[in-house]
Amino acid sequence: MTSDTQAEQVQAAPAASVTMPIAKALNAALREAMRADDRVLLMGEDIGPLGGVFRITDGLHAEFGEHRVLDTPLAESGIIGTAIGLAMRGYRPVIEIQFDGFVYPGFDQIVSQLAKMTARHRGRVSMPIVIRIPYGGHIGAVEHHQESPEAYFAHTAGLRVVSPSTANDAHWMLRQAIESDDPVIFLEPKSKYWSKGEVLPAPAARLQGVSGMHRAVVAKPGSDVTLIGHGAMVHVLLQAALIAEGEGTSCEVVDLRSLSPIDWAPLVESAQRTGRVIVAQEAPGHVSVGSEIAATIAERAFYSLEAPVLRVSGFDTPFPPAQLEDIYLPDADRVLDAVDRSLAY
Amino acid sequence: MTRADARADEATEPIRLLDPDGSLVESDANAEWRELAAQLSTDDRLAMHGEMLRTRRFDIEAGHLQRQGKLGLWVPSIGQEGAQVGAAWASREQDTIFPSYREHLIALHRGVDMLQIIDIFRGAVHGGWDPLETRGMRIYSLVIATHALHSTGYAMGIRLDRACGTGDASRDEAVMAFYGDGAASQGDASEGLVFAASYDAPIVFFVQNNKWAISVPSTRQSRTPLHERARGFGLDAAWVDGNDPLASFAVTRRMLDAARQGRPGYVEADTYRMGAHTTSDDPTRYRPSEEEEAWRRRDPIARLAAHLRELGVDDAALAAQDAEATDLAADMRRRTLAAGTAASDDIFDHVYSEPHPLVLEQKRALAEFEAGFGGES
Repeated sequence: MTSDTQAEQVQAAPAASVTMPIAKALNAALREAMRADDRVLLMGEDIGPLGGVFRITDGLHAEFGEHRVLDTPLAESGIIGTAIGLAMRGYRPVIEIQFDGFVYPGFDQIVSQLAKMTARHRGRVSMPIVIRIPYGGHIGAVEHHQESPEAYFAHTAGLRVVSPSTANDAHWMLRQAIESDDPVIFLEPKSKYWSKGEVLPAPAARLQGVSGMHRAVVAKPGSDVTLIGHGAMVHVLLQAALIAEGEGTSCEVVDLRSLSPIDWAPLVESAQRTGRVIVAQEAPGHVSVGSEIAATIAERAFYSLEAPVLRVSGFDTPFPPAQLEDIYLPDADRVLDAVDRSLAY
Repeated sequence: MTRADARADEATEPIRLLDPDGSLVESDANAEWRELAAQLSTDDRLAMHGEMLRTRRFDIEAGHLQRQGKLGLWVPSIGQEGAQVGAAWASREQDTIFPSYREHLIALHRGVDMLQIIDIFRGAVHGGWDPLETRGMRIYSLVIATHALHSTGYAMGIRLDRACGTGDASRDEAVMAFYGDGAASQGDASEGLVFAASYDAPIVFFVQNNKWAISVPSTRQSRTPLHERARGFGLDAAWVDGNDPLASFAVTRRMLDAARQGRPGYVEADTYRMGAHTTSDDPTRYRPSEEEEAWRRRDPIARLAAHLRELGVDDAALAAQDAEATDLAADMRRRTLAAGTAASDDIFDHVYSEPHPLVLEQKRALAEFEAGFGGES
């Protein structure tokens, strides 16, 4: 990315901070990116006049037309596979997958094609493709609409995987994902789409460059226990920290933001300071992002730990029917139970 | 090609201009195709024959190298040179080609070096060549039909760029995607047809029906002829004798020029994989030798050679081509035996376009690990 491009993008950004929900912050980011670079185009199902089932692309079809906002046939492999061809032609496609559980028909194109294409070409071909996936539970939906598939993508070399938890991050991380010359799996915490937050003007709030979206940040400082999570789980962790504070325990909440690569320094530094770490996620725990975090913190902060790193996850079962989702999904109580167990060591 | 033409092709026989014995087939039905083939001079036809021979010799020599342990695997194209040479000559300089992994003649035609193909099969690289330097020839795709979508997307990009549809066939761009009867069963093949039709993509799917997907016959792949299936998706389609280089050229040229004006097309080339699927395959386990023998009598190289003799080309010219092809194959062998091995940095260096801390860390760790053996090896 050249500094000229950066300057243009800064100009296109809002001049003062604005409070808006995550959904609107994503919409604004898409609009700004499309205005800044006419090679950016959107692809997905029902993203045209309808604006997407979550309205993230609302108004973009009207502003940019059907050649920039492609309402595609209902075929995820087709969407991702043709996006690869468009990227070979010099375009920067931003794909919307309608729901987390609908990404799998496109899985081969993501894992065997998109992720490996740059290596296969020995770096001569870049794949600047963003795949936006609304993910996670808490919306009471039918099967395939509440899953957390991040581990599959974080496991795959050649992909970058990020997930914002705030409106500001949703906005700026999406801008950075679109600027990236590598494929980015952009996981949107759909249960928080209408959660409001301040979107700050660039460059004040912006972590410059593509690496910005890969930084982990401390969402709330604390001294006794470190709580690590991403996406909607960050909100659960902040709630748990508030309750714990009332009980005399100071929790530090770290927002992972990036699942591949993982920004280890803030995690290890926090673990060394508190000596106790809980990592929480909606996804099933077996061979998960949380597993990797637990293992790596054990390797890098071994002598500082007062307790083993504990994981709080969805169960290793299919996501249950909606009536049972509150039992399946880790809530503040399950996080606090882990905090208690950690403190008991 | 119009839809009326397409319907006319719903025949029991594929479009053919040369009989297996090399004699011209002249009928009212193939008049338009004969006219197109007339664009090819005798010199052009001789050059096509030379490309087929070079590919055949290259193929045979690569098979030998595999048997000697110099290649991990070889994928022969023997028997399919006629379909490929027609398609190669039908393409125009500005076109982009997405091959499967058996399109050796197409690759050589567009300027890929024999050794760049060999490099894939001796385990040196995955891609083989830089598609930005090989006149529109993209790299091989090993997972069948995945590139049906990449090619369609690329063609959609051509349309967005307004680089087609001006009516000037010498400038308008188009895409060719190559796959086979086995790949036609993949969902990606069908999705490619859906997207190509939806977006009027300037693309031709050139499907070599070589009758066998390893051991599964094409009759198990489809109850309807593949070209009829394509029509159901809204594409223009044609069925051509793939062992007839002239017919392959004429039909593909027509379909490609229609594609560059926004009418995606589909060519099913009726051909035969005369050899094994790969050097790991044993066709004696699944198909009768009589079938192989029958197709050997329809060898596309012999067919074009007979036609050239009929045109007055003397045996010396054909023998000279054979000698040249043999020399090129021998040169390929020498260069293969002299070729080096990949470096460990290749594992890490191009996974991402922008620096990635995990990959950099592992590259550094491997270097330190290897340095730990310093001087002792």
